[in-house]
Amino acid sequence: MAISREEVQHVAHLARLEFSEAELERFTQELSKILDYMEKLSELDTSGVEPTYHALNLANRFREDEVRPSFPPEEILSNAPQKEGTSFVVPRVIK
Amino acid sequence: MEFEAVIGLEVHTQLLTESKIFCGCSTKFGAPPNHHTCPVCTGMPGSLPVLNRRVVEFALRLALAVGARINPVCVFARKHYFYPDLPKNYQISQYEAPIAEGGAIEIEVDGQRKSIGLVRIHMEEDAGKLVHDEKRPVSYVDFNRTGVPLLEIVSEPDIRSPEEAVAYLKKLRTIVRYLGICDGNMEEGSLRCDANVSVRPKGSQEFGTKVELKNMNSFRHVERALKYEIKRQIGLLLEGKEVVQETRLFDEAKGVTHSMRGKEEAHDYRYFPDPDLVPVKIDPEWIEKVRSELPELPDAKKQRFIEEYGLPTYDAEILTVSRPLAEFFEECVKLFPQPKKVSNWLMTEVLRELNREGKEIDETNLKPEHIAELLKLVEDGVVSITAAKKIFPEVYATGRNPKELVEEKGLRQESDEGALEAICREVLSENPAEVEKYKSGKKGVIGFFVGQVMKKTRGKANPKLVNQILTRLLEA
Repeated sequence: MAISREEVQHVAHLARLEFSEAELERFTQELSKILDYMEKLSELDTSGVEPTYHALNLANRFREDEVRPSFPPEEILSNAPQKEGTSFVVPRVIK
Repeated sequence: MEFEAVIGLEVHTQLLTESKIFCGCSTKFGAPPNHHTCPVCTGMPGSLPVLNRRVVEFALRLALAVGARINPVCVFARKHYFYPDLPKNYQISQYEAPIAEGGAIEIEVDGQRKSIGLVRIHMEEDAGKLVHDEKRPVSYVDFNRTGVPLLEIVSEPDIRSPEEAVAYLKKLRTIVRYLGICDGNMEEGSLRCDANVSVRPKGSQEFGTKVELKNMNSFRHVERALKYEIKRQIGLLLEGKEVVQETRLFDEAKGVTHSMRGKEEAHDYRYFPDPDLVPVKIDPEWIEKVRSELPELPDAKKQRFIEEYGLPTYDAEILTVSRPLAEFFEECVKLFPQPKKVSNWLMTEVLRELNREGKEIDETNLKPEHIAELLKLVEDGVVSITAAKKIFPEVYATGRNPKELVEEKGLRQESDEGALEAICREVLSENPAEVEKYKSGKKGVIGFFVGQVMKKTRGKANPKLVNQILTRLLEA
């Protein structure tokens, strides 16, 4: 197995996902197969090859430092489950 | 056993751009919640970030100023964690290929010079602001600050004391202010500092277990928090206990640090290159262009002030901490070419007012012409130094012409030699007994005569001149 059940659980927790026992079992199997398959790439000798950071062969796409109008706050807030004034409201996160 | 502290600092500086790092929303402080937001900075699906060119330029300025190596290609990475101030659930930052690595900041503590190495400088976006309700169990989220550009500057663990940490921070602040890339205001959060602290037996090469300190929003808090934390860690070791690797928050009211539990496992950020942003390539021409536009930096300016104006190191240091103050000084000297006199006046009278108001000199009504004129009035004997000091706060506050104020307040000194001599003669003839005392060798009595002349002129006589005239008359 390229990945343990505990690792799958850990990654799921980092992504705030919850899985049943059966799902955990299945994903451990499936992810292991995927990782084994990707491991094939390690057979290639890539020494001396520049790392690829991006799929597009582009660099230096900039915007100038100019202020553009922001969105109306009510539009930004339109999907918020809870809001007050122009603030998003969330369960208290400290203390 | 003697212990030493090992400290590394992570500083975040908010950049003085007009717009955010990846969108055109304003960075201006103080707008109502979520008024400076758009789909990009709030992380709406389908929106695309585009890098603000000035952020790269500002980063290059700092990299050059501290002698860092600029990477020819740098990329942005996503740093993942969940917190309500982070709408995308990842922060766009740099990881593997930051814009610059290495470099150093020179500090001086108790006359000892030291070079604090830098690990890296990278560009990233700021997170939003949370306000916690006093009564109800809710927090309010404001994304105006989300996407404001930051430079993170990470030092090597070269710092050995809270004093060195503060000297490093002050120097870094001076540099970013000179470069015009950050206003360096710690209280308002435009310059923020986290510290990694550990202790070890003095002379040891190994590192102890480190603790990350947060929530220190002034130089004084940094110093207090570090002092407390170092003492706490040494105490644990002396009791045979272990230091736990954790994040601790400084409690400014109690002057202690508290463990901030629960964030430990979150340190698995799963960085990967951000596919929404293409790499940044920095060619030598770009670097040279930025280099050619760099201002004179604090250390160079200080050295020049010592050599060019013959100022003591102390004066040069104080005058060059702020670029506007240094430039003000030079303007004054152009108009009144006695550097030490200008320096004395700036370091006492002017800095007193500036510190009282917490202002930079270019935010006041004071102009170099005012200082030059005031010093000239003293030099020419038109006013006494005491009178000049007396009217200065009004010049500072109102920007009014010093000469006018002198006339208006009747502070002009009597420096007319003929008029003063007449008064001196009068005083001498009125006090024959004291004149006899003088002639019999009690020269100290001259002070009495000067006093009498001042009395007759209601304090307006030029005391130096009076002294000269009296001596001449008495010795004749």
